[in-house]
Amino acid sequence: MNGLPLLTILIGLPLIAGLLCLFVKANAARWIALVATLADLVLGSYLWALYDPAGAQWQFVEHKDLGGGVAWALGVDGIAVVLIMLSVFLMPICIGASWRSIEKRVPEYMAAFLLMESLMLGVFAAQDLFLFYIFFEGGLIPMYLIIGIWGGAERIKASYKFFLYTLFGSVLMLIAMLYMVATAHTTFIPALMAYNFPVDAQNWLFLAFLASFAVKLPMWPVHTWLPDAHVQAPTAGSVILAGVLLKLGGYGFIRFSLPMFPDGSAMFVPLVFVLSGIAVVYTSLVALVQRDMKKLIAYSSVAHMAFVTFGLFAMNRQGIEGAMILMLSHGLASGALFLIVGVVYDRLHTREIARYGGLADNMPGYALLFMVFTMASVGLPGTSGFVGEFLSSIGTYHASTWAAVVATTGIILGAAYMLWLYWRICFGTQRNADAAAMADLSVREWWLLAPIAAAVFWMGVYPESFLRPIRADVGRLLVRIDRAAPHYDAGLSGAKAEARR
Amino acid sequence: MIRFAPILPELILSIGGTILMMVAAFAGRRGSGLTSWLAVALLLIATLALIGAPSHAGPVFEGLIAADLFASFGKAIMFPAAAVAIIAAHGWFERETEHSSEYAVLILFSAVGMSVMVSATSLISLYVGLELQSLAAYVLASYRRSDERSAEAGLKYFVLGALASGILLYGISLLYGFTGTTNFTGIASAFARGTPSLGLLFGLVFLLAGLAFKISAVPFHMWTPDVYEGAPTPVTAFFASAPKVAAVLLATRVCLDALAPATDAWRQIVIFAALASIFLGAIAAYGQTNIKRLLAYSSINNVGFVLIGVAGAGVAGASSVLFYMAVYVPMTLGAFLCVLWMRDADGAPLENIESLSGLSQTRPAFAAAFAVFMFSLAGIPPFFGFWAKLVVFTAAVRAGLLPFAVAGIIGTVVGAYYYLKIVKIMYMDEPAAPYGRVRQPVQGGLILLSALAVSPLGYLLIGALQTLTDKAAESIF
Repeated sequence: MNGLPLLTILIGLPLIAGLLCLFVKANAARWIALVATLADLVLGSYLWALYDPAGAQWQFVEHKDLGGGVAWALGVDGIAVVLIMLSVFLMPICIGASWRSIEKRVPEYMAAFLLMESLMLGVFAAQDLFLFYIFFEGGLIPMYLIIGIWGGAERIKASYKFFLYTLFGSVLMLIAMLYMVATAHTTFIPALMAYNFPVDAQNWLFLAFLASFAVKLPMWPVHTWLPDAHVQAPTAGSVILAGVLLKLGGYGFIRFSLPMFPDGSAMFVPLVFVLSGIAVVYTSLVALVQRDMKKLIAYSSVAHMAFVTFGLFAMNRQGIEGAMILMLSHGLASGALFLIVGVVYDRLHTREIARYGGLADNMPGYALLFMVFTMASVGLPGTSGFVGEFLSSIGTYHASTWAAVVATTGIILGAAYMLWLYWRICFGTQRNADAAAMADLSVREWWLLAPIAAAVFWMGVYPESFLRPIRADVGRLLVRIDRAAPHYDAGLSGAKAEARR
Repeated sequence: MIRFAPILPELILSIGGTILMMVAAFAGRRGSGLTSWLAVALLLIATLALIGAPSHAGPVFEGLIAADLFASFGKAIMFPAAAVAIIAAHGWFERETEHSSEYAVLILFSAVGMSVMVSATSLISLYVGLELQSLAAYVLASYRRSDERSAEAGLKYFVLGALASGILLYGISLLYGFTGTTNFTGIASAFARGTPSLGLLFGLVFLLAGLAFKISAVPFHMWTPDVYEGAPTPVTAFFASAPKVAAVLLATRVCLDALAPATDAWRQIVIFAALASIFLGAIAAYGQTNIKRLLAYSSINNVGFVLIGVAGAGVAGASSVLFYMAVYVPMTLGAFLCVLWMRDADGAPLENIESLSGLSQTRPAFAAAFAVFMFSLAGIPPFFGFWAKLVVFTAAVRAGLLPFAVAGIIGTVVGAYYYLKIVKIMYMDEPAAPYGRVRQPVQGGLILLSALAVSPLGYLLIGALQTLTDKAAESIF
């Protein structure tokens, strides 16, 4: 380590830039935000480059005791590094996406986004239980303001729903945390990850954490805040919500639920599988009948996140690695799809699918990129979605063939609603003159979407770059949870042995 | 020989207060500015005098009061809070040409009462302190005699307060009758002798009921919204801060010291009052349109949380109570100072929540400070109010009260709604008529200071504050 508190700088930079934004005019605020997020992207890449997959589990460790039972303890493992990378990658794109479409109260908007970034990075970097909670919950405030101030017509309702749903889930987790600290006498997350809580307590602790992460992820049936929040949020808000905030739930499962309560997790695998199975089928069907583009993508997010939970709770290597890749892939693809929606929304100010059609004629570049992200979303080989869905399906198959059968129907349904959406928007006849007159992507929009497309292909063709940092951490996690891993009806005789290996 | 060192702060305040009353009488209306600044200076000197005070002097004056660190900690919060209440009145009463010097003097006498309350280790000194504080408070509530609401608030406060004092006194007489002593230590040993008799239990219940009135815990909270609304805003700010600290600390000492052996008996009462306060405070605030009434319910709600800490009992419980109050006071004072700044273009005070509409666009700094206090009172991290709640819940969980902690923490979600509503009105609604400027740089500085104290910067103080509250909590055992 070179002695620089890299993580503190990473978290502090957007925070300071955000405060600065409040004191300047609109244009200056835009530039400050762009420069700060780009600087954080550079720092994040530097972190990724310096991170040694073969090295210690926790790297870039910082520890400053604040007293009173909380410490400014930061440190990252491979799982956190790739998620930090995702966040810092999406942030400049969000700022760019808001460059012209946000005209109202720009300095405050940029400040809220930068604050959001620092809190999200804090969640991934925190090594102290309460510090994690503070970052995790603190993120509600900027998002509440982003939806509530810069959102659509129903923004107030959506912002309340978002805030109160998430808060309710989180306070149950807080209670569980208090119990954990009273039992284990430490708030240090790596220590808690190795602590064996009493088996009967684990069930309750698991449920309390599930309440929080299930809302955040979101899982059926507590997903209802998500479509509202997505539809009402401004484009960049949706991108960050789908791209990073939903990942906090999955990260929580990997960081807390699985390693800290392996027995509790094992106990509730059937519950998680059933909820995920319902989510995959039900929300896919719901997505199929949506008339609003953003709502459709929002429901597809719920279905994709159900794949993540399938993979995670299969508790084998393929499942967990697949879930991680899927989270990254979904962060990129659905973030990009929200941008794609934003592009036409900026031009026509409607998200109704029926108002568009035949855009491939007048917006060929748009149609091309839209196709790329649609394919990533349905999991076409060569795109990031394929790697994630494939791995997590294999993992699920090893745990339970029936669960895998249900999960894979989601892939088919996913292809159905995404391709139909694409068809209705880009192909067919041009029904509306104003839609037919829209200009193709501007240079700025190319700059926003092309990097994501490149990342999608990178992850699809050479996923090793993203698997390598997390491999050792998944291995450590498996050591802890292997005994609890589910093997319900592993259909093929070799499957069990394969999963063990 | 009687040693006066342990009561130095009280001496400073009572002698200084008496002299100031003379000054006020001779200087008349012209002297109001002078007396109020002198009163602020007296309170600050009394706070400084605490530094030299012995950390564990034990009971003095035949066991009437204890000048221990617990009491000193309480005074160190209350005296500055009282000083802020005096500063808050600047520019407020002048409008009605009513600001006479008695305001500051009454606050000083109330402060003496409060400091007797937090030091009391005997039922007699408890009662005397409480009444001294309350009498001054009754007058303060009706300070704007010409205003009907203020007069009504004062009368209501007085009548209900007298009733509560009666209940309290009845409890005291029962306890005295059945134990033969008014001393906390003596009462504790009486309770420790086997199962407490019915008379003792009655005494305990009446004593707690009287105290519940003073801290405005449900079901003895009814006076709070009316008095908070009717009293002049600087007085409301005072009621919500310093006297609340005094009464909460007094209740803590009574429960954890005098009634310690009967913990099982009082704990159920305290837990009921706590949960009822949390939920009633949260739910009743929904429909409020007057910001002062809303903050009154907010204070009921907050008392519920601090009572969870009291129920936690032991050193951890007492420490969590002190911690909570230390964070609660800046939040509340800050919020009320903001209310104080809600004036229309002519400078007339506004209390309607709707008048806050779109404040973030007309007065961004003001709105930001108010939002910080709201989020902090709601206990949303990263603001410091969150940590205060965390500390009381930790104490409750450690004491094995997990189910009650769960219920209480769910109450925070219920309560979050109306705090969010204020933020929503300020940030998401269209701007209403802009407020008039208030030219009070000292008050502005105080708002900034308290906003900084409850902002995430507060976490830098956690270590020091926790050590101090732990030490202070140990001093009562």
